[in-house]
Amino acid sequence: MTGILPIALEESRKIVQALLTSGKEYCCVMKLHREAKEERVKKVLNEFEDTIYQRPPLRASVKRRLRTRTIYYLDFLEMVERNVLFKVGCEGGTYIRKLCHDVGEVLGCGAHMQELRRTRSGPFTENGDMVTLHDVAYWFMEWQQKKDETILKQFIQPMEKALALVPKIYIRDSAVDAICHGANLTAPGVLSFETKIRKNSMVAVLTLKGEAVALSNAISSAKEILDMDHGIVAVSRRVLMRRGTYPKCWKSGDV
Amino acid sequence: MPRTVAPWETEPKILVKAEDETNPRYGHKPEERSPKECIKYGIINLDKPAGPTSHEVAAWVKRILNLQSVGHGGTLEA
Repeated sequence: MTGILPIALEESRKIVQALLTSGKEYCCVMKLHREAKEERVKKVLNEFEDTIYQRPPLRASVKRRLRTRTIYYLDFLEMVERNVLFKVGCEGGTYIRKLCHDVGEVLGCGAHMQELRRTRSGPFTENGDMVTLHDVAYWFMEWQQKKDETILKQFIQPMEKALALVPKIYIRDSAVDAICHGANLTAPGVLSFETKIRKNSMVAVLTLKGEAVALSNAISSAKEILDMDHGIVAVSRRVLMRRGTYPKCWKSGDV
Repeated sequence: MPRTVAPWETEPKILVKAEDETNPRYGHKPEERSPKECIKYGIINLDKPAGPTSHEVAAWVKRILNLQSVGHGGTLEA
């Protein structure tokens, strides 16, 4: 198994939750156990482009109970003898090994996953900023010798990049430090937000400069937030910014 | 039934509730972090090689960069 594996350094480990649940894209070689007609393989693959039931495989890191996962797209690319190459875009937590097995069952001939490469994890793709382990070792040594920070920025992305697909709320400077101290985001602090925010969905709380403040749980939908003048908008789940980055702007006796 | 659109296939739409400015004295844009912060709040878009596990690969990055801790975004395993 090769492909996109975002590595979160130190403080940015706090955002991996956002990546775990984000959508993935894979390129996969499926091996059929008997000959099958190309037309039929295409037709069956097409049937899986939907919300499917999936029981995690025997070797899985989660509880093996039946669950649903959405396949956004499942594109047949090529078929040579019993090897089928396809590209799949799916919800986080979809097991491609299991998908291949299930496609084999529907085809009636049986199938298994032969090779897999992840081509997307949330906002991270194979374009542009993807690096190999060799690149990391090389660029890091270069940076240590030359102390030129543009070298560092060639292979390390700001953690905010990982939040690109998470609906965002931009807040006032005055609300930032309270959230860093564990407060929830309330309506007066909100400046702008994305329309796809729904109740109980994960949101990223950002400053106007684009710095991540926290990962939160929206308890109001985008429509409600627009009309609110008080009350909690999002419950903080993971604080990402260091306390004291912004000035304290709330009144209270003791903290 | 039409297929579900993938999250990366839609453009976000932003609604503005209030206008305000940000004070340049506090914080800074993510791209303007110092080298030390760039690492501390950084994430690497790594192309995992075949063979080692995701945990092993993460541990290698940790050792190469001489860090206290790293995490990875979702195992990529058999």
